[in-house]
Amino acid sequence: MTEPLLKVRNLKIGATVYPPDEKPHDIEIVHGVSFDLEPGKVLGLIGESGAGKSTIGLASMAYGRGGVMITGGEVWVNGRDILATSLSDIRSLRGGEVTYVSQSAAASFNPAKKIMEQVIEAAVSQGKLSKRDAEAKAVELFTKLGLPSPETIGNRYPHQVSGGQLQRCMTALALCPEPDLVVFDEPTTALDVTTQIDVLAAIKDAIRDTGVAALYITHDLAVVAQVSDDIMVLRQGETVEYGDTDQIINKPQEDYTKALVSVRSINHEEKQPSPSPVLSCQNITARYRGTNFDVLHNVSVDLHPGQTLAIVGESGSGKSTLARVITGLLPPSDGQIDFAGRKLTPDLAGRSIEDLRELQMIYQMADVAMNPRQTVGTIIGRPLEFYFGLRGAEKRKRINELLDEIEMGNGFIDRYPAELSGGQKQRVCIARSLAANPKVIICDEVTSALDPLVADGILKLLLDLQKREDVAYLFITHDLATVRAIADSIAVMHQGKVVRYGSKSEVLSPPFDDYTDLLLSSVPEMRLGWLEEVIANRKMESAGN
Amino acid sequence: MHPILKIIAQRLALSTLLLLAASALIFAGTEILPGDVAQSILGQSATEQSLANLREELGLNEPAISRYFSWLGNALQGDLGIALTNGQQISESVGSRLKNTLFLAGWAAIISVPLAIFLGLLAVRYRDRWPDKLISAVTLTSISIPEFLIGYLLMYFIAVKLGWFSSVALINDNMSLLEKLNAIALPVMVLVLVVLAHMMRMTRAAILNVMQSAYIETAELKGLSGFNVIAKHAFPNAVAPIVNVVMLNLAYLVVGVVVVEVVFVYPGMGQYLVDHVSKRDVPVVQACGLIFAAVYIGLNMIADIVSILANPRLRHPK
Repeated sequence: MTEPLLKVRNLKIGATVYPPDEKPHDIEIVHGVSFDLEPGKVLGLIGESGAGKSTIGLASMAYGRGGVMITGGEVWVNGRDILATSLSDIRSLRGGEVTYVSQSAAASFNPAKKIMEQVIEAAVSQGKLSKRDAEAKAVELFTKLGLPSPETIGNRYPHQVSGGQLQRCMTALALCPEPDLVVFDEPTTALDVTTQIDVLAAIKDAIRDTGVAALYITHDLAVVAQVSDDIMVLRQGETVEYGDTDQIINKPQEDYTKALVSVRSINHEEKQPSPSPVLSCQNITARYRGTNFDVLHNVSVDLHPGQTLAIVGESGSGKSTLARVITGLLPPSDGQIDFAGRKLTPDLAGRSIEDLRELQMIYQMADVAMNPRQTVGTIIGRPLEFYFGLRGAEKRKRINELLDEIEMGNGFIDRYPAELSGGQKQRVCIARSLAANPKVIICDEVTSALDPLVADGILKLLLDLQKREDVAYLFITHDLATVRAIADSIAVMHQGKVVRYGSKSEVLSPPFDDYTDLLLSSVPEMRLGWLEEVIANRKMESAGN
Repeated sequence: MHPILKIIAQRLALSTLLLLAASALIFAGTEILPGDVAQSILGQSATEQSLANLREELGLNEPAISRYFSWLGNALQGDLGIALTNGQQISESVGSRLKNTLFLAGWAAIISVPLAIFLGLLAVRYRDRWPDKLISAVTLTSISIPEFLIGYLLMYFIAVKLGWFSSVALINDNMSLLEKLNAIALPVMVLVLVVLAHMMRMTRAAILNVMQSAYIETAELKGLSGFNVIAKHAFPNAVAPIVNVVMLNLAYLVVGVVVVEVVFVYPGMGQYLVDHVSKRDVPVVQACGLIFAAVYIGLNMIADIVSILANPRLRHPK
């Protein structure tokens, strides 16, 4: 048996936490994790946020983010224990033997330096390659990763290339020093689904061609199934299950793994449209002030009472702009919005309190949508006071009812947002919008920042509430799995236009237009070999054309 | 046109406008003082007739607006008028004074700016450890002591006790550079101590702000040494706030050295201004005010332009 490249034994990692109203203290966040990685193999680390997967990945470079420190165990790289070695040894390990690809290349590239300079920096400063060789190597990697004009792209600054291209540059940065191991930390999570598939294929090819080993960290089991040989499922700093990819995907043993594999299996029967829509956008055209191009072109969609209209599209498709137009934050240059049988004033300032009350909003980042210095009770109670004039015991009673509705119970009434989990925060935001007793709630990517299982819970809650309260949702998302789970009708947006619109069954059944086809076929599926199939199909299609 | 040229042209136009407004303020300020130039020249005991004659001669009976424009027009051509007290051309005496002040301020800047930035980088490298605390403590102490007191302390200990440098910073054109430097050593020291803390604290804060960024982690994970991470990756992104505070301090070095010049009897602008204020020499005060305003506005404009140039998004648009 070959000696493993990376051998982790009983790894324990701690961190200092600063809870509100308490003294800072140390807690353990990874409790004794062990695994082996052989040269040229890929191990997927999967789990929800807080599972410790990034922390474990960085520990293989002897690095702790913020106040994180490795408190016990051993990490062996190429036959030496990196936790017991000197700082200069660790420096030659980082950027030399082990390199790192982060989730957000946009944030991880220095905005003040050219891409080439940053890609070759580690190889040159480690003395592995001369500047000239490193540049040649970088161009070779740019070519391999399918970047446009590989000879010159290095002369650009990070803001001059797109997000998907930058993520590939980050992969080139990691591969340039010819490392033995690359830690990929959610490398495609921040990308659009149609971009993700290309980057994923580029990463997979690069791993195969260079024979480098990789730790592939993600929360998306369908993605990791495409690239890894083995998978380790982590939860709250402990190993839940560890096995080869086929076994984890097709024959999961543990309940938690089974839940992850079967996530997004909500069955939602679409409802028939009613004769009169509650919200109707007619020929909306809009542009931002000071720009000279339209972000929305002639958009017309209807939302029926008690139903869900999903607006699907990638970043830049105009879906959030549509929400801004409907809420009155961005008056359209043309078109009309009818709401509950009346015409809405284009500008927010001209709308009545009733208009405001009946049209509520929930945001992607629940964190920043709440005042951190207000308690849950104050946050939910505010619309009750503002719209209905409720005070004292009456208000408290209603807050408790709302807390029950979001399945949180009245123990939370005096808690602050910082004490809640991500899913709980989003639930409080839902309760706040429900408190206004609205006819329509605009949900802007409300589950995008959440872990899959938590997101599932939120979607189920939203569907339950819809049944009970007969509220309609305008559901903005980039995630087609979410759309399948919740929508009654769907509008697919691309470059500010609605390219496909109709009931869920119509929109999701063939024949497809080109863009919808691309979008649907790009959603990772939880089976082995999916990536190869899609790439092969696309090659055949483009060859056929 | 490159968008950055447009932004820079806007800054230039704005600065000119600002300078114009400052000149109007200076003129108006001296105008509303009680008494006028004729009164100052002839003194309290002057007769009505002689005052009227002099006013006629100096053109003081013209409306204020036309006097403002003729003053401004002359100033733009380098003619700052004639000093009342000695009848000399102001531009000539100001010229040599300004040269001296710039000489003193320049040397203070050459020492203090790199030193402040280096100390800032060092403070970040050893953040919250003893070098950081020592640097902060020393610079904050030096900024907290009034500059005249530092001046006298240095004079007493270095010039008097140790006998190293001269306590009076008199210079003239016949001295060699080395002699001049020897003469101004003490005032330069005082100025450095006064401006160091501000620039060093700002460098430290600006870089610490950048140190939170993800690209710093990238640099650390490339195995770069701590100082390289700070100097190569953090500093270029902290240039804009640092340049702004550096320029403010440079402006202070030119404009605010009055006290230090008086303490060391240095023949610069500051002392010139103080002398003539006490003699109510209005044209000189106006001229000095205008020059100080120009220096302040000019340096801040440079800071603005450098901050714009330091932003790669503006320098290299998509």
